Parts: sequence; C-alpha cells; structure tokens
Amino acid sequence: MSTESGHSAPTAHNEKTVTNRTMDAAVALIFMALAALVMSDSWRVGARWASDGPQAGYFPFYVGLIMFIASTVTLVTALVSRHPDLGNFVDRSQLVSVMQVLIPTTVYVGLIFLVGIYLASAVFIVFFMWWLGKYPVAKIIPVAVGVPLALFVMFEIWFLVPLPKGPLETALGY
Amino acid sequence: MEALTSLIGGFGVLADPMNIVYMFVGISLGVLIGVLPGLGGANGVAILLPLTFSMSPVSAIIMLSSIYWGALFGGAITSILFNIPGEPWSVATTFDGHPMAQKGKAGEALTGAFTGSFIGAFFAVLLITFLAPVIAKFALQFGPAEFFAVYLLTFCSFVGMGKEPPAKVIAAMMLGFALAAVGIDTVTGQLRMTFGSVELLRGFDFLVAVIGLFGVGEILLTMEEGLAFKGKSASINPRVVLHTWAQIPKYWAGLLRSAIVGCWMGVTPGGATPASFMSYGLAKKFSKNGRNFGKGELEGVIMPETAAHAAGTSALLPMLTLGIPGSPTAAVLLGGLLIWGLQPGPLLFVEQKDFVWGLIASIYLGNIAGLIVVLTTVPIFAAILRIPFSVIAPIILVICAVGAYTVHNAGLDIAVMLIFGVIGYLFKKLQYPLAPLVLALVLGDMAESSFRQAMLVSQGHLSIFWSNPLVGSIVTLALVMLVWPLVSKVMARLNGGKEAAAAE
Amino acid sequence: MHSAIAKIVRRGAAALAVTTALAPAVMPSWAHAAWEPTKTVEFIVPAGTGGGADQMARMIQGIVQKNNLMSQPLVVINKSGGAGAEGFLDVKGSNRNPHKIIISLSNLFTTPLATGVPFSWKDMTPVSMLALDEFVLWVNAKAPYDDVKGFLAALKAASGDQTFKMGGTGSKQEDQIITAAIEQKTGAKFIYVPYKGGGDVAAQLVGGHVTASVNNPIEAVSQWRAGELKPLCVFDYQRLPYKEPIANGKSWADIPTCKESGLDIEYLMLRGILMPPNASKDQVDYFVELFKKVRATPEWQEFMQKGAFNTTALSGPEYSAWLTKAEATHKDLMEKAGFVAK
Repeated sequence: MSTESGHSAPTAHNEKTVTNRTMDAAVALIFMALAALVMSDSWRVGARWASDGPQAGYFPFYVGLIMFIASTVTLVTALVSRHPDLGNFVDRSQLVSVMQVLIPTTVYVGLIFLVGIYLASAVFIVFFMWWLGKYPVAKIIPVAVGVPLALFVMFEIWFLVPLPKGPLETALGY
Repeated sequence: MEALTSLIGGFGVLADPMNIVYMFVGISLGVLIGVLPGLGGANGVAILLPLTFSMSPVSAIIMLSSIYWGALFGGAITSILFNIPGEPWSVATTFDGHPMAQKGKAGEALTGAFTGSFIGAFFAVLLITFLAPVIAKFALQFGPAEFFAVYLLTFCSFVGMGKEPPAKVIAAMMLGFALAAVGIDTVTGQLRMTFGSVELLRGFDFLVAVIGLFGVGEILLTMEEGLAFKGKSASINPRVVLHTWAQIPKYWAGLLRSAIVGCWMGVTPGGATPASFMSYGLAKKFSKNGRNFGKGELEGVIMPETAAHAAGTSALLPMLTLGIPGSPTAAVLLGGLLIWGLQPGPLLFVEQKDFVWGLIASIYLGNIAGLIVVLTTVPIFAAILRIPFSVIAPIILVICAVGAYTVHNAGLDIAVMLIFGVIGYLFKKLQYPLAPLVLALVLGDMAESSFRQAMLVSQGHLSIFWSNPLVGSIVTLALVMLVWPLVSKVMARLNGGKEAAAAE
Repeated sequence: MHSAIAKIVRRGAAALAVTTALAPAVMPSWAHAAWEPTKTVEFIVPAGTGGGADQMARMIQGIVQKNNLMSQPLVVINKSGGAGAEGFLDVKGSNRNPHKIIISLSNLFTTPLATGVPFSWKDMTPVSMLALDEFVLWVNAKAPYDDVKGFLAALKAASGDQTFKMGGTGSKQEDQIITAAIEQKTGAKFIYVPYKGGGDVAAQLVGGHVTASVNNPIEAVSQWRAGELKPLCVFDYQRLPYKEPIANGKSWADIPTCKESGLDIEYLMLRGILMPPNASKDQVDYFVELFKKVRATPEWQEFMQKGAFNTTALSGPEYSAWLTKAEATHKDLMEKAGFVAK
C-alpha cells in the first residue's frame, strides 16, 4: 500500500520525509539490537540443554538468534536490493496528523501519573474536541465531564477497582 | 434419561424469580465488563465475588456465571467496532470483525459474533449435560507433554505464510516469544530479561500489548488517513439480525468444527484464547473463502467466537467434576465454591444436585437471555460508529488507558501500551504482521513451560512427545498442519497434472 | 434487600455519605481505637486470582462487607508479578500509608532468596497472623503403599525411568522446599515438576503424570473424598484437630504427622497480614482488632475447618518472633537446597 502511494501519488517535494527503505533498515537494526540484548541476557541465565531439558535461557536465546538472522535478512534486502522501495514512508501532512494525536496522548499518559486518570481524561477530551474537532464549549463540557464521571462511578463505586488518582481526589477523600 | 430428569429439576430451581433477576443483572454487568478492555471475566467475577457472600450458593453461582457469559459475549463488541479486543479470546475476532465494521457492516459482524458465541455455548452445555463424566476422564489424560502438543497444534494451525515478507513474519513472531519470556521463569524461578527493573518483573501482559498494538495503533492509522472512521455509513436496520442469520446455516461444517475445537480446549484445559486462534486458523485453511480472511469475512468473525464461547462454557466441566479450573474465570468461580461452603470435585454432582443442575440449567437460560440482551444492543453499538472521530477518539484512548491499567493495577502499563501503539503503527506501515506477534505473546509462555515440564518428566528425552497415542497423534497432526500449505500446493499441482494428462 | 444491585447502590450511597461528612461522622463511633481508615483500604494479594491467598483475601473482604466491620470499603488488588515481589515492593514503597495491607504467604521469605529482589518482612510492619496452612503428602489412591514407610522404601528402590516425580506449585517455593527437605532427610532423589497452581497439581496426580504431591488440604480434599488420592502424612508438629470423617471413615485427625511416621520434617505456610513501614501503633491496632473480629465470625471458622487450617493466630511481638524464626528456617532450607540466587 505504501509503495503504491509512493509511486502513484505525485507527492509534492515538501511532502517527502524518509523512504520506506530507510525505515525498513532502521527498524531491522532496532530488531537486531533487541535480539542481541535478548541473547546476552539468556546466555547469562544459562542457555544450554542440561541433562533434564533446556535451561531457563535456552528458548529465549534461540528466539533472539532467529530474530537476529531474520532481521539481518530484512536489512540486507533493504540495502542491496536492486529494486529498493524508495517510496515515501509517510507524507509530511500525514505525519503531522499522526503527531496531532500521538503528542497529546503522550502528554495525557504523563498527566495520569501527575493528577490521576480522571482529571487527565477530562483535560484530554477537552483538548481533543476543542483543538481537532473545533466543537463549541457547550458540546465539549458534557462529554469531558460525563466520561470521567461514568468511569469513576463504575470503577471506584461499583466494581471497587481503584484507578490512579491525584491530589484532587485525595482532597475529596478518595 | 437420568440427565434429562436432573436437568428438568435444575430448571425447577430457576423458577425462583429472584434467580432470573440475578441472571439478567449478571449478564448486563458481564457485557459491561467484557466491553471494558482490561477488566476481564476473571477480574469481573473476582471483584463481585464478595458481593455474593450473603446469597444462597445457587443464586450466587447463577449471578457470577451470568457475568461470565456476559463477558464472553461482550468481548466481541469493542473488537469489532474499534479494533480493541475487550478480552484475550476476542483478538481473533478483530482480524475480520474490524474490517467488516470499516466496510459499514458492523451490525452484521456483531450479530455473527453473538450468534456464533451462542451456538458454541449451546454445543458445550449439551456436552456438559449428557457427557460430563466421560469427558472428565479424558481431561485427566493431559500431562505436560499433551499440553505442549495442544499449544503446538494451535500454532501450526494458525501459522501460514501471508503476503508479508517471510523474514518479517519470523521477526515479529520471535519478538512475541521474547516479550513472553520477560519476567520470572515458572520452571526454574529465575528472573529473565528484567535487567534489575521492578516494573519488568511482571513481564509484558498480552492484553496491554494488544490494546496498544490494535487499539492505539488503529487510531494512529486512522489519523494518517484523515479524520474519519470508514464505518460511518453503517446501516442501522433491525433486520440486519435476520439477514445475518439467514447466512449462518451454510457455515454448519465450520461451526461444528469450531465448537468441537472449543469444547476440547475448554475441557483439557487449554483455554478460550488458544481455542479462538486455532478455530480461526483452521477456518482460514479449510474455508472456500480462506483467501479473503482478514479483509472482512463473516466466517472469520463467527468461527473464533464460536470456539471461544464453547471453550469458556466447557471450562466449567473440569471445574465441577475434577476441581481443575479450565480457565482463569473458572479458577475464580472455583474459589467461590469454597467460599459458599461447597467442595468442587467428583462428588459435587452427587451431593449438590440442586446446585449443579441449577447451574447447568442457568447456562441454557443465561445464554438465551444473553443473546437477547446483546442482540438488542446491536443497533446501539453500531450507532457509536456514527459519532465523529474527534469525539470518539479521545474516549477510546481514555478507555484504552483505563484498560491497560486495570490488567495489573500498574501505572507504567499505560506507557507500555502507548509504546505498543507506536509499534503497531510502524509494523502496519512496514508490513510486519501483528497476528504472529500476538499469538507468540499469548502462547509462548504456556508452550515453553509445558515443554520444559515435559522435559523434566522425561529427563530431556524428546521421545516423550510420541510416548502414547494421544500425544503422538496431536503432535503429528500439528506437524501436518504446519506443512499443509505445501501439501495442498503439491496436491493441486498433481491434480492439475492429472487433469492435464486426462485431457490429452 | 438482598439483591446485589441494592448492595451496589448502598455502597455508592455509603461512599457519598462518607465524602460529605468525612471526619466527624467516623471518629466517635469507635471508642477503643483511636485511628480509623478515612478512605478505601487496598488489600494487596501478592499472587494471582484464584489461588489460596486470593481466596482468603476475598473471603475476608466478603466477611468484612457482610458484617459491616469497616466503615470504609476494602478492595482486593492482585500484584503477582515476579512471584509476588511486585506486591511486596509496592507495600515496602508505601511508607506511612495506613490504607494498604498485604496478605502474605511463604513467598515473603522464598522470593527474595530465590530471585535476589530485595525485600523482607522487616521492611514492612507486621500486623497479625491469621492462620497457618498445612501441607500433606499425597499419592494416587492406586499406589501400592499406604504409609510413609512404604512410600520411602519405594522411593529408595526407584531408579532410572522409575524415578519419583513430585508435582508442586511454582519453582523454589514452598512445595519445592519441602521436596528438597525430603531429599535431604532420606538421601533419595525426586524429579520436581513445577505447575502453575495447586488444583493443576492435584489433577496431574490423579491422572498419574506425577507420583506424589505436597498439596494443601483444600487443594486435594475433593479428590481424597472421591477416592482418587490418599494422604500419607501431614507436615505439622501435631495431628490436625478436625475429627469429622472425610473419606472411608477417615478424618483429617487420622492422618499421622510425618515426624511420627519417620520423616522428620515440619513445614507450615504463613497466612498473615503486613502493612507498609512506619505505621503508627494506633493504625496497627486498628487492623489487629479488625482481624480479631474477622476470625470470630462463624464464616471464618467454617472456612478454617473446610481447609483444615492450623488456626494459630499471633500478633505483636509474638508474630515478629515467629517471622524472625521462619525467615531463618527458610534461609537455611534454601541454602542447603541450593535455591538461593547468586
């Protein structure tokens, strides 16, 4: 699909980010690093076949080894292929759209640790609806208050499952 | 028929209207628990267990088992609508369920999933009613080697080369295995790949990974394609139920196969999650439309759901007859039996007739009631897709975060989920398949520990996997499944050759 | 009003009432305890849902709820990662938080030794011991021996393919420690096969996949009653007090202790409560009182009998002394067996 968009869509010059080949190689390298980590730790706990069967690290070690080999194949294919996939990995405008969700979500996850999940969720919904949806405040408030409130009733009161809470809830006695 | 008279007695127990009320309350709570990812059947039942303390055991088990049915039904809802599996066993449902919703066929997919669930449960409860003692004996045959054989079979029936590059398929699957190995090793008690971190002690939970990979990843992909859910035009017509039902009878062979797979996995006890994967894999291999699986095929929704619900229901059988839980939820129910002052095990059927047959009767009624409850919600849930993306997306992300947290009550799991979301997005774009990763993550741990238990028993001799007809035939079947694509290709060529020869 | 919905609603109402009239409403109602929880108390279970510790915790939650023993809700939370290390580390790290308690099992001693994760009971505040769980040596009912003597003779005679397999829960935890202790006492050798839960082990023993197990009574009693397993001895210093017949006219009290049968091993598993470090005396006293009330309920006593528990209950200095001794015993047993992480 991505190759298709790379070839068929006459993307403007400024839409170019990185090629599929570069991303392929980068991800393969990450895989290889991960595989090396897995192998080294498995070797530490013992990766041999003992008299009573495999040791704790036996399977993870070979899992790491296979992962390493498979990713090397991917890397080599990406680098030396005669028909490299030079299509665009993601258009700049698409990347912006993805970041529009990814960055606020990351901030949201960080906020959960600071102020608890209920307040963070309300803030997140307000931001999302206001910034991306351009909704009027009258429509935003019911959703932003209603969803965390419903979660609160369901989890803290019905099911007695405590979710992460912050200073606000503590002040209210929870 | 002794079983039949006992069953009628069981329905007599249900005549108490209060028990019917408990049943509906249980099912509604169960659907809610099933919809919320992270809060699974086992958690849900465990959370509500203390509530039942002052009820009679019969009412208590009816309510708790109804929660379980509700959760089994409800798991499919978010899988289909948002690509977020509400329960581990509904992961396989996302493969075709979500593409169907994107094509505007959410109603059909939901109806198919619910109906499949019902059929699976019905098949399983018939088994419990009439064959409980026979089946219970079968479950005892399963030692570590047999368990490993079952996991191997699940793998081999599911794995087949798709359109993705083989090196990437293998890398993704190995990543799943590696992640499954993080944490404490059950066989030696050693810590693996925790690198001194407390947070890594708990390992990577399958559900947290799946909520990220599928749920968050899906939202990122949707963003990339411009703010729109493709399923917007979902036609909401009550007749969609009848229309879908009309299509179901033609899948009878697949349904039967899925129900058998499910019952087998529930009884032995392999669990509902492997059952759903195995059933999906088998359907893909043997269906005429196998090639279209993954693109929104109704069959691909019905089959895993049938197997999952059959497994979930038949998991009660070893619990009642042997005292071995067939699933995590059954394990909690088992604890419940003790709390209510009952002793699970071989004598339960003799000593607590009212309880056992009341429960069995409630499985029949509970599933009918459950089907009615969830089918009436089909139009409501399908309508959710009409909500604009910028409203529903933050709500989905909030629910994902809550779900990731509740799996282990761990805050860091929310961050892990987000990372998996990014991985899910990258993988999709770079043509790394997610299904093998997820399957390896869910089965890797169980498969490895049963393999090593078997090796301990045999002191390192692989011959244990062919040491008796049962394990030998499962392992052989698994290996046949693995090479099946090759075999069928060769067969096709041979047939083609013959036809060509005949034509000459 | 017995319906669950009513309960849920009532619970909600109670929670609301508490938030609106927080301190003044609660304080005077308990004359003898100066401290009272002011919010939900988290009850940590350092093991998965469905296991022995989880069952007991949820049983306690049910008893507290049914008898209105607490003004605030008690919620059970499972933190089972790293053989329970996750749960204990959580409590260890919650300095001065009185709204958290943890139910302990033997992994309080075994996990730090086996994995090297740093925690001990001294990092927490001991509250009280609720009971001790028994261990019984079980074999398949079809086994040719009926007592420990016959079992040990067969164990010693076994060699090669006939090696005895001991099924147990987890690795380097209580079941394997007992197995190692038997090996040390007799010089015989077992193959220890670890499984995920006690129920699995009992079923594997019935199916003949292992030769023996040291299941807790509650995990194997139903198979005993059904005539599929038989108990050989109990790893306690005295016989069990429960005289009610269970199977073939035999009761728990008829099972000899291992010591009197010539296998001099004692092992009991802690079921006790701890709370975070630096809890004040008032706070500890509150929970000591609470568990005293829980233990007095008929539901608890029935549970103790069903599971054939040793009902020793301690608190204060006696409990600390018991913990000190148990920690030393575990260290000794595990060092001898070579289970301590390097």
